[in-house]
Amino acid sequence: MTLFTEYGLILIILAAAFGFFMAWGMGANDVSNAMGTSVGSKALTLKQAIVIAMVFEFLGAYLAGGAVTTTIRSGIIDPTALVETPHYLVYGMLSAMLAAGLWLSIASTLGWPVSTTHTLVGAIVGFAAVGIGPDVVQWNKMGRIVASWVISPLIAGVIAFALFRSVQVLILNTSDPFARAKRFIPVYMFAVGFLISMVTTVKGLKYVLADAGISFAEATIISVVIGIVTALVGIYFLSRIQPNPEAEKLNRFHSVEKVFAVLMVFTACCMAFAHGSNDVSNAVGPLAAIVGVVKSGAITNTTELPSWVLLLGATGIVVGLATYGFKVMATIGKKITELTPSRGFAAELGAASTVVIASATGIPLSTTHTLVGAVLGVGLARGIAALNLRVIGSILVSWLVTLPAGACLSILFYFFFKGFFGS
Amino acid sequence: MKNPVTELFGKSPIKPLQDHMALVAQCALELPAFLDAAIANDWQKAEAHYDSICVNENKADDIKRELRLRMPKSLFMPVSRSDLLELLTVQDNIANRARDIAGLMLGRRMAIPSAIQDDMRALVNSAVDTTQQALRVINELDELLETGFFGREVDFVEQLIRELDEKERIADGIERTIRRKLFAVEKDYHPIDMMFLYDIIHKVGGLANRARRVGGRLQTLVAR
Repeated sequence: MTLFTEYGLILIILAAAFGFFMAWGMGANDVSNAMGTSVGSKALTLKQAIVIAMVFEFLGAYLAGGAVTTTIRSGIIDPTALVETPHYLVYGMLSAMLAAGLWLSIASTLGWPVSTTHTLVGAIVGFAAVGIGPDVVQWNKMGRIVASWVISPLIAGVIAFALFRSVQVLILNTSDPFARAKRFIPVYMFAVGFLISMVTTVKGLKYVLADAGISFAEATIISVVIGIVTALVGIYFLSRIQPNPEAEKLNRFHSVEKVFAVLMVFTACCMAFAHGSNDVSNAVGPLAAIVGVVKSGAITNTTELPSWVLLLGATGIVVGLATYGFKVMATIGKKITELTPSRGFAAELGAASTVVIASATGIPLSTTHTLVGAVLGVGLARGIAALNLRVIGSILVSWLVTLPAGACLSILFYFFFKGFFGS
Repeated sequence: MKNPVTELFGKSPIKPLQDHMALVAQCALELPAFLDAAIANDWQKAEAHYDSICVNENKADDIKRELRLRMPKSLFMPVSRSDLLELLTVQDNIANRARDIAGLMLGRRMAIPSAIQDDMRALVNSAVDTTQQALRVINELDELLETGFFGREVDFVEQLIRELDEKERIADGIERTIRRKLFAVEKDYHPIDMMFLYDIIHKVGGLANRARRVGGRLQTLVAR
C-alpha cells in the first residue's frame, strides 16, 4: 500500500507516542492503586514499593502480557474482515488510543474512577462497529470481556474472603499466632511464586521466546520449584522477625503483623506483576496492531509480537511511576492506614491471582476494580473497620458512562483520520 | 482524580471509640480522690477534681459528636452501626454520671456520716474498678476486628465481660450494705441531706451498672 510506504514511519511513531503516553498514565495512576495497599499497611516504604513496582510491572508486561495484547489487537475485531482495507485498522487503532487518552484526561479532571481498559475496549468497539461495520466486531468475545468485568471483582472478592478466613482460622485465632504465622505464611509465599511462574511458563513465554516449547507438565515442575524457592527465601526473611513484647501490650497482634508484612512484600510483587501483565498490554495492544499492519502492509494472522512494543509499554509505566506515580502512591498510602498486612495481603493476593489468570486467558480487565472487589471480600470476612460502599455505585456509573464515551470519541477520531490520510 | 481505592476506606470508628472510653474511664477515676477531698471537707481540692472531670467529659463529648457525624449509613462495617452508636451512648453515660455525682456533692457540700465513710470509699472504688474493666473490654475491640469477631478472641472477651459482671455485683453488694448502715443512723441527720445522700449512693451504684452495660453492648456487637 502506498499509504504505508509514504506515511508508515509517521503512523508508527504516532502510535508509539500514544502507546507510551497511555502506559505513562497507568504508571502515574493505576500502579499506585495496585501498590498503595502495601504502602498503606506499612509493609513497604514508598521507595521499596516503587522499586518493586518498576521491576515487577516490567516483568509482568514482558513475560505475561502477550495474551492480552493479542486480544486487544485481534480479539475484539475480526482482522480477517479487514484484509481488503488494512489501513482502516490502523486509523481505528490510532483513534482508539487517542480517544482513550482524551477520555481518561477528562475523567481525571472530573474525578471519576474510570478504567483505562474499559475506555480502550469501548473505543475499539466504537470505531469498528460504526466506522467499519457491526460485523467486524466479535460480539461473543466482547460479551465475554464485559462479563469478566463484572465477574472479576466477584472472584477476587471470593478469593480474598477465603484467604482472610484461612488466616483467621489457621493463624490469628490460635494460642500462639506468632509461631503459627511463621509456619503457615511460607505456604502463601509458595502460592505467589507458583502462580507467577505458572502463568509465565504456560502462557507468557511463547510471546517472548517463539519456540520455548514448554509442556504443561514441565511448566508445573518449574513452577513448583520456583514456588519452593520463593518460600525458602521467605522463610529466611521470616526467621529474622522477632516478637516485640513491648508493642504487644498495645495490640497483641503487633508481632504477628510484622510477619505478615514480610508476606506482603511477596504479594506486592505479585500484584505489580499482575498489573503489568494486564494493563501494560492494554496500552500497547493497539500499537502492536498498527505495527503489524504497517510493517507487512497487510493484516497477518500471526501472534508474533515485536518485543520492543511490550518493552515500550513497560518503560512507559516505569517512567510514569518515577515522574508522578510516587506522589499518588504516597497519598493513597496515607489514606488507607486501616489496612493491616494480614488483611492487605489477602486483598492483594485475591486481586493479583484473578488478574494474572485473566491475563493468561487474554482477558483485559481493570486491576483497580478487581482490587476493590478483593478489599470488599476481606470486609465481608469482618476484617475491615469501615468500608464506604458508595464507591461501588461510582464504579457502576463509570462502567455505564465509559464504554459509550470511549466509543463516541474514537468514532470521531476515526472519521477524522480517514478524511486526513484518505480512504 | 477521585481514587476508588482510597474512597473505599472509611475512617475506622474503633480507635475513636476506644479513645472515648479512655476519657470516660478517666472521669470516673477522679471520683475516689474527689470523695477523699469531700470527706476531708476540703472543697477547694474537690472542686479541682470536679473541674478535671468536666474537662475530660467535654473531650469525650467532642469525640462522640465527631464519631456520630462521620458514621453515615453507607458505611459498611463488621459490626452493626446502630449497635456501635448505642455503645457510644452507653459509654458517654458513664462520664455524665461521674460528673453528676461530683457536681451534686460539690453543690451541696455534702457531708458523709462517719459510720459509712469507709464503705462509701469502697463503693466508689468498686464502681471505678468496674469502669476500668469496661475500658479493658473496649480495648479488645481492635483485636476482635483483627480476628474477624470469632474464635478464641471472642472467648477471651467473654471472659473479660464475665469479670466485668462480677465487679458490678461486688459494687451492688457494697451499695446494699451502705443503705443498711445509713438506715440505722439516718435519723441523726437532716432529712434532706439524707435524701440526697441516698441519691448519691444510688448514682454511684448506677455508675458501675452503666459500666457493666458497656460489656453487654459489646456482646451484642460481637454476636451479630
